[in-house]
Amino acid sequence: MSQATLTMNRTRHALAPWARIAGLTLCALLTLGPVIWTVSTSLRTPAESFDLPPRIIPTHPTVDSYRGVFDQIDVWLLALNSTLVTALIAVGQMITAGLAGYAFARLEFRFKKPLFGLVLATMMVPLQVTIVPVFLVLKSMHLTDTLLGLIIPAFPTAFGTFLMRQYFLGMPKDLGEAAMLDGAGPWRTFRSVYAPLATPGLAIVGVLAFNYHWNEFFRPLILETSGQNYTLPLGLVSLQGNLGTGSISVVLAGVVLSMIPAVAVFLVGQRPLREGITSAGVNR
Amino acid sequence: MTNTQVPDVRPPRATAASAPPEAPVRLSARDRGTRLLATLFLAPTIVGIVVFTVVPIVGSLVLSLFHWNVIDSPRWAGAANYREVFTDSTVLVSFRNTLVFMVLAVALQLLIALTLALAVNGRMPMWLRSVFRSAFFFPLVLSAASISVVMKYLFNQDFGVVNWALGLIGIAPVPWLTSENSAMAAVILVYVWQQFGFSFLLFVGGLNNIPKEIHEAASLDGATGLRKHLHVTLPLLSPTLLVATVVGVINALQVFEQPYVLTDGGPGDSTRTVVMVIYESAFEQLRFGEASAVGVLLFVLIMAVTALQFRLSRRFVHYQ
Repeated sequence: MSQATLTMNRTRHALAPWARIAGLTLCALLTLGPVIWTVSTSLRTPAESFDLPPRIIPTHPTVDSYRGVFDQIDVWLLALNSTLVTALIAVGQMITAGLAGYAFARLEFRFKKPLFGLVLATMMVPLQVTIVPVFLVLKSMHLTDTLLGLIIPAFPTAFGTFLMRQYFLGMPKDLGEAAMLDGAGPWRTFRSVYAPLATPGLAIVGVLAFNYHWNEFFRPLILETSGQNYTLPLGLVSLQGNLGTGSISVVLAGVVLSMIPAVAVFLVGQRPLREGITSAGVNR
Repeated sequence: MTNTQVPDVRPPRATAASAPPEAPVRLSARDRGTRLLATLFLAPTIVGIVVFTVVPIVGSLVLSLFHWNVIDSPRWAGAANYREVFTDSTVLVSFRNTLVFMVLAVALQLLIALTLALAVNGRMPMWLRSVFRSAFFFPLVLSAASISVVMKYLFNQDFGVVNWALGLIGIAPVPWLTSENSAMAAVILVYVWQQFGFSFLLFVGGLNNIPKEIHEAASLDGATGLRKHLHVTLPLLSPTLLVATVVGVINALQVFEQPYVLTDGGPGDSTRTVVMVIYESAFEQLRFGEASAVGVLLFVLIMAVTALQFRLSRRFVHYQ
């Protein structure tokens, strides 16, 4: 390595890193700022919620706003609805995607290619475009304004199927062939050999489904008309609408409560979530 | 997991090669078992996709040719709903808003994400890198609707933190959500704040896939800083850039939560987007035919813009 290159490298690394890390820290604070502000304001008294400059540590910390939000809206009901919808969709998607992904990866049957093409093609169709007929289909099934109306249409997942197919294709074929030679039928081969290996792939499908449907707003807004079927995001948006800007800390307390499960999944399942989001190419 | 990079949408190779010879006269018990199992395994997904996606696509096309308010029986409309789309000023403005939003939001999102990904990719302790990565990715796990509720307070003209912070550097309060000139800017900022982490993750993955030797070779040849990134990193990252742009555009064209909560499409129609128009004409005005026509046009727009990007990409994307 020449003398010139050495000097160049040294100057570049002596100058850049601190500025770079300082810049990144500032950007990270800007990114997390709104969340930090939400948490700290929810712990302030209503009188202090408009304080500027915003204090990160409240001067008179109080959980009154949290009591307030339980008084104003039925948080338990909203949380129960959100939990039911999200959990059932996540489990349902893991089952449908696991089964269909396995069939496309490891079973031979007629029309395999066109059927897989159909699944892939539907990944391109945004829900917003088909929502009117979807609403009418659900109405004909008497499923509008029910939680089932949110749950059932979300069971089939084109992306999850695609992901699980890739996942099963990545497993050695010899495993299944050995089981077949030992006399295992197609079901036994799936149940005892491949299914137990699929857990990490299923975790991605489940975590992605949780993240998307816990936060989902568009479908609940359209399908759920009576308050008893509201999910958390819907309840919070209507809470803000009802209160105007008066009880800001109460609304924020609700937002914080609704974030807790999402943050928990973020902390526990960050890896599958990251893998899922980047391989999905669809953040929805 | 190996499929963390880009979605692989090539036709399945392995399965094509191992497909069984067609039309065996008599199937063995095992083959019949396999077919039965395949049918059972596929049924939930295929039936669900047909009922909740294929039928609705056809339904959208058919509905768009009728006037229908759900209560009375549908009346034939022919192309009237489509004509209306091109004459109704609200609908036209919503398409213009959505396109403006798409261009600005995607450009900003990609610029921020790329800058941060390059910065995070530089030399630093492992733990610090993962802290930054988690921080930038965090907004993605929150609800766009709830976050917009929060942002509505932050962007408030009089007591919002955004205007307070701008005041510190001598900028007069901006009527973010109440002026036709700045409402779209607020919507874009809120959207980009939540979404940039997605492109960021893609770029971080793409940068990791660039062999270290190439960078070292470029440095030895005297390329540094911006010049190195412009001539070495970016061409190597171009496939990732394409994916990030295509997906970013598709998502941006469907924007709904942010304008719905922040501004309800206003002031005037200045932040009304296409999906908001679909929602309002169908579920507030019960004009299902017109809403379907708008939906069909949005779908055509998404397809056209995506095809255009893949076409243009042939000139800019370098595969290794």
